[in-house]
Amino acid sequence: MEFFQAFANMTAASFAQHMANGISLGSLYAMIAIGYTMVYGILLMINFAHGDIVMMACYFAFFGITVFHIPWFMTFIGTIIATALLGVVIERAAYRPLRDAPKNSVLISAIGASFLLENLANYLFSGRPMRFPDIPLLSQNIAVGGGVQIQAICFVIPVITIISLVVLLHIVNHTKTGMAMRAVSKDYEIARVMGINIDNVISITFAIGSAMAAIGAIMWGIRYPGITPMLGVMPGLKCFVAAVVGGIGNIKGAVLGGFILGLGEILIVAFFPQLSGYRDAFAFIVLILILYYKPTGLLGETTTEKV
Amino acid sequence: MTMKKRNLLLSIIAVIVLFGVANFVQLEMDAYIRRIVNLCMIYAIIGLSMNITNGFVGQFALGQAGFMAVGAYVVGIFTVPVAMRPGVFYATPMNPAIINIYMPLGVALIVGGLLAALIAFVIGTPVLRLRGDYLAIATLGFSEIIRIVITNASSITNGALGIKNIPPLNDVRIIFLATLITFILITLLINSSYGRAFKAIREDEIAAEAMGIDLFYHKNLAFMISAFFAGIGGGLYGALLGTVDPKNFLFTLTYNFLLIIVLGGMGSITGSMLGAVIVTAGLEYLRVFDEPLELFGMAIPLFRPGFRMVMFSVLLMFCVLFWRKGIMGTEEFTWDKFVNFCKHPLAYFTKKGAHAE
Repeated sequence: MEFFQAFANMTAASFAQHMANGISLGSLYAMIAIGYTMVYGILLMINFAHGDIVMMACYFAFFGITVFHIPWFMTFIGTIIATALLGVVIERAAYRPLRDAPKNSVLISAIGASFLLENLANYLFSGRPMRFPDIPLLSQNIAVGGGVQIQAICFVIPVITIISLVVLLHIVNHTKTGMAMRAVSKDYEIARVMGINIDNVISITFAIGSAMAAIGAIMWGIRYPGITPMLGVMPGLKCFVAAVVGGIGNIKGAVLGGFILGLGEILIVAFFPQLSGYRDAFAFIVLILILYYKPTGLLGETTTEKV
Repeated sequence: MTMKKRNLLLSIIAVIVLFGVANFVQLEMDAYIRRIVNLCMIYAIIGLSMNITNGFVGQFALGQAGFMAVGAYVVGIFTVPVAMRPGVFYATPMNPAIINIYMPLGVALIVGGLLAALIAFVIGTPVLRLRGDYLAIATLGFSEIIRIVITNASSITNGALGIKNIPPLNDVRIIFLATLITFILITLLINSSYGRAFKAIREDEIAAEAMGIDLFYHKNLAFMISAFFAGIGGGLYGALLGTVDPKNFLFTLTYNFLLIIVLGGMGSITGSMLGAVIVTAGLEYLRVFDEPLELFGMAIPLFRPGFRMVMFSVLLMFCVLFWRKGIMGTEEFTWDKFVNFCKHPLAYFTKKGAHAE
């Protein structure tokens, strides 16, 4: 009943506003979910620190522009490179020593890495929220009629996401590195026997995943300017859910899952304003439902468990 | 005197000695020390509860903060004296259905534990089909959902304002007894046929199932028992603090218990007890790191607020990277080993050295 009420009260303009919010949030989730799905595809582990890599990228961009006064496009390129390096360093320090350890140890190490990044950010940058710098070109509001204004970045985000996705799919499907990555994710041991340098492939995977996260993080910062050391936690968890919804290990699936979660979250709050306090719970309920009814995700392949 | 009788006698003596220590702390020590000792014991209860699922059944669940919140809120809601409630619930009046229900602390603790177990049952039915990483994320998510529900249910929980004026529990002896009972119950559980089934599931799920162990039943049972004790621990925690607030039960709280069981040894009851004492006391004394420090008239720039938690996370990383077994591994402290060690202290080291060869 209330649903129809809310639906009836919604004008086309405010619906457009909600759709713009939902699509841009979904694109951001998609960018971050790609990193989870790539790492899981190869190492079969959740990179718990991925959300915190997003947070660090936000801080890199913030410091580049606000403190060092580097032009914003240069800062963004620098941020992407620095974040990719950070991803590789985390892999070397926290995950590589545990390559042959039980899975739970790797999981604890990942949690430790995530917690360390949060505490380090809290220590170095203080826990006070900081304001991500305005980029006049991207932060301005554009009037779309009906008294509704939509931020320019909302139009940019989906475009950048699609471009990144096309580039990434090209790398994975049509280059030698991509072939090696697919081989490692299919069968780790055989790939090693066939002469693939596993450690390099894993490093490249972390670099690409983190670079994607950095692009997402920069756009995240422009869209939602308050940055804190705990910024990456909730998006991190939700994007993992997005990766699972789409079928973990599948890049297109991660993007699909990101859009489902982002749009779903925004539209539920738009239609049921009384549920806005439960916004963060939505992703976890979706996780339970998908794992219950289709554990391999929407686009995932079925595998059987071996003894 | 048989070995069994000797061990029982030694245990009883140890309990009496420890109770004496608790009594001494209660009567002679200042409030700060009392608080640390209380916190050690409460963390030991929750560490033990987490070790049931994570250490003994091998299911990596991260929901402890949520179950603690349930226990703490039951204590918070029902032990505040009825006359003081309008003052606590000043923003949103308390729901009339519960406004006149008062429980003494002991009853509230048990109710909180049972409610946590009930929630664990409801959550566990879908979640425990998952394994490894998925289970970790799903339980973490549920722990957040519990917190979100608590934040939004203002007429019952007072929402984001939290509940103040909980009659404080400041008796080391009572918390000691609660810890002792938890320790005994969990030891009995682990040494029973249920405990053996748990360990079988940890070692190999498929083999355990082939041997006729009902995986789902045992996992769910362990999850519920774990939640029950986490609820009790949470209730004691709330009573110790005297206030509860949704922000107290962020999922990062669970990481404390993770460090406790990793440091003490996943799958060791006595290890968790040791880990709890070391981590809690350590975290308290590491507060030095948060204070500015001057050495020989020079301020060391490293020491400022936040450094303590950096050290804490480095410690967790260090444990899992270089010292995966923790203090006890899956071993337990037993009187037999202790007596042997006392008889031949040197043999212990030489044997260990030979073993490492």
